[in-house]
Order: sequence, then structure tokens, then C-alpha cells
Amino acid sequence: MSVNWSKYSAPMAFYPLAGRLIPWFAVVAVVLMGVGLYMGFFVAPTDFQQGESYRIIFVHVPAAWMSMFLYVVMAIWAGVGMGLNARLSFMMAQAIAPTGAMFTFLALLTGAMWGKPTWGAWWVWDARLTSELILLFQYAGVMLLRTSIDDMRRADRSSAVFSLVGVVNVPIIYFSVQWWNTLHQGASVSMSTGSKMAATMLMAMLIMTVAFWLYSIAVILARVRCIVVERDSLPVWDEKPAVIQEAVEAR
Amino acid sequence: MKPRHKRFAFIGLGLLVLGVATVLILNAFQSNLVFFFTPTQVVSGEAPQGRSFRIGGMVEDGSLVRENDGLTVHFIVTDTAKRLPVTYKGILPDLFKEGKGAVAQGQLGVDGTFVASEVLAKHDENYMPPEVADALAKAKASGAQQSKSLVVPDGRKGSL
Repeated sequence: MSVNWSKYSAPMAFYPLAGRLIPWFAVVAVVLMGVGLYMGFFVAPTDFQQGESYRIIFVHVPAAWMSMFLYVVMAIWAGVGMGLNARLSFMMAQAIAPTGAMFTFLALLTGAMWGKPTWGAWWVWDARLTSELILLFQYAGVMLLRTSIDDMRRADRSSAVFSLVGVVNVPIIYFSVQWWNTLHQGASVSMSTGSKMAATMLMAMLIMTVAFWLYSIAVILARVRCIVVERDSLPVWDEKPAVIQEAVEAR
Repeated sequence: MKPRHKRFAFIGLGLLVLGVATVLILNAFQSNLVFFFTPTQVVSGEAPQGRSFRIGGMVEDGSLVRENDGLTVHFIVTDTAKRLPVTYKGILPDLFKEGKGAVAQGQLGVDGTFVASEVLAKHDENYMPPEVADALAKAKASGAQQSKSLVVPDGRKGSL
């Protein structure tokens, strides 16, 4: 059976599909988050140097990964929107920004909470921390730029250009600990050298990463639905697909 | 070429130009982006003269000496090639240990001693339970395993 996927690029066809998908992602995300946190706090062993304070990584590292990953995804949607003139792509980019900003803030906050007992400082201006802070400003900038322009098409295009330009910061964040002397340690998990963590620690961290992924998808889809309603004035009060179909056909 | 292909090519070209520009800018600012200087860099005069900067490296084993006031400490920071004596008065972070990484901010005295105003512990990327660490230490003591130093000169680590 072949599905005509391209029909879902129309916001009003995408709206009911997103509505059906959200509960699945949300439920699995919550379950995995529970499993991941339980493993992180009760199953994973104590670290030989840091003791218990290292357990912040089960939130910190997945949040930091998501903050960078979501920015790239946002930039890709912005680029696709620019190339194809597809409204839904711009809506996706718009929907990703707040979640990305949230994860960036979470990474910075948990990092500070960990930095004080471990390094002896809440904050230092090293390359990794500074570039991650700039990422937070980029998310804020993208959102501010959008709200400051009334014409929706111009707002879409300006924030798309802004997101695309800002994508250069993502490799800088990721490789900063390799390129320069930083206080932040190097990556414990990498594609090339494998992991420098005990297996249960790594497992808990990866489960949390998947949970954050699914959470992001659920939240972003929900936000896209709101954006579709806002822009296209859909009959949101009625969830029945037939009613939405009617609204689609009426246009 | 269809218009949309043109637009994608334009976006791709833009990103490429931007990427090259970023690489060039970062290269130009290379020395301003390092968080700390290594003892080798300090000895070879790469560190700024007459103003505050940070040094980083490993605290040499057996070099930590406390004065009688209980606050002033002396230790030696090394990158395995060069050594630099450091004096610091204040509370050290919990993870500050001999044989581990540390970063100190301060100024180079006339006698070649680095007078630190702030000392931070640099943590490494290894996470393991204490038992595993013990086993590794034993293996290392028996010469079966070479452990790599925590702060490599120039910060070039094999890890990502």
C-alpha cells in the first residue's frame, strides 16, 4: 500500500495526522523518562571521582544534545521552507524554537548546578559554555524576530534566514572542547572512540535522550497544530476529521 | 534549473560561504578562544605578559604543600613537558587532587611563580564506578596498562 505522503504537506491535512500521532509519542516519552530517571538515580553506580553529583548528566547531556539537534532541524525546516515555499515547513521551524530554547536553558542551568561542586564555579567563559549561551540567544532572536514582523510571509522568511545563518554555531559548540582548551571536559560518548562511561550510566543516558526526542516530537506537533489553527482559523473546537475535511474542501 | 532548485542552490552556496568565513574568523581569533594556557606555552612566552590569564594542566603528584595558615597552598602544574609552580590562597574545589586536571587564574610573578587568585578543577570525560577505578589503578600499578594523562598538551585529545 502506497501512501501519498506529499498530501500531508498541506497544513490542514497535516492537522488531523499530527493529532493522531501526539498521544503515542507523549506516552512513550513519559514512560521512557520514568525508566531513564529511575536507572539514572537508582541503578547506575556512583562515579569514582564526583560521587553522586555526576547524576546531573542524565538530564544535562541529553538536554544539550537536543538543544543542538533541534537547532539543526529548525534550520533544515527553514531551508526547506525557503526552497519550496512550503508554509508547513515554516510552521515546523516556528514550532521547534521554543522547545529548543527550553532544552538550551535546561542544559545551561544543570551545567551551572554541576559546575559549582565540581569545578568550583557556577559559570566560566570558556568556549563550550559561551557558545551554548549564544545558542540560547539565537533561539530567543529567532522567536523575537518572528513576533516583531506582522506580515506572516516576511516573518517566515526573515526568521528562516536568521536560523540558517546561526547554524554555523552548532559545530562550534560541538567541537569547541576539541579545538580549544576549555574547562568543560571532552565528550564521553563519541562515534569514533566509543564511550568512556560505565555501561549502565550510558544506558540510562541514552534512554533519557530517546525520551527527550519523543517528548520534543509530541510537543512540537502539538504546537504546530496550534500554529495551523492560528494562521488558518481552523474549526479547532471540533476534532472530528470529517469536519476538518469539510473545512479543507471549503477553501 | 527549476526556480526551487535555484533557491536551494542559493541557500547551499550561502551556507558554504558563511562556513568558510566562520572558519577564517575562528582561526584569526584562535589565541583569544583558549580558556587557559599550558605550562609549555607560558615558558615559551605565548602567554600574555603583565596581565591576568589562566593556566591549565595536571597537578603534579606529590607537589601539593599546605602552609601552616591552612589556606595558602603551593603546587606544580605540569603538562608532562614543562612544570610551573603555583601559589594560591583560598579554598580549593572538592575535586582538586594531585594527578588530576586543574585551571588557575592569576598572574605570573617575577620569580616565575604563578600567583593564582582562583583555582578550578578540570574534570575529565571518564565516568566509572569506584570499583572499576580501583581495578584500573591496580592494573596501572602493575604496569599492565598505560593510563593517559588527563590534560594533554595543547588540549589535543584522541577523544571527541
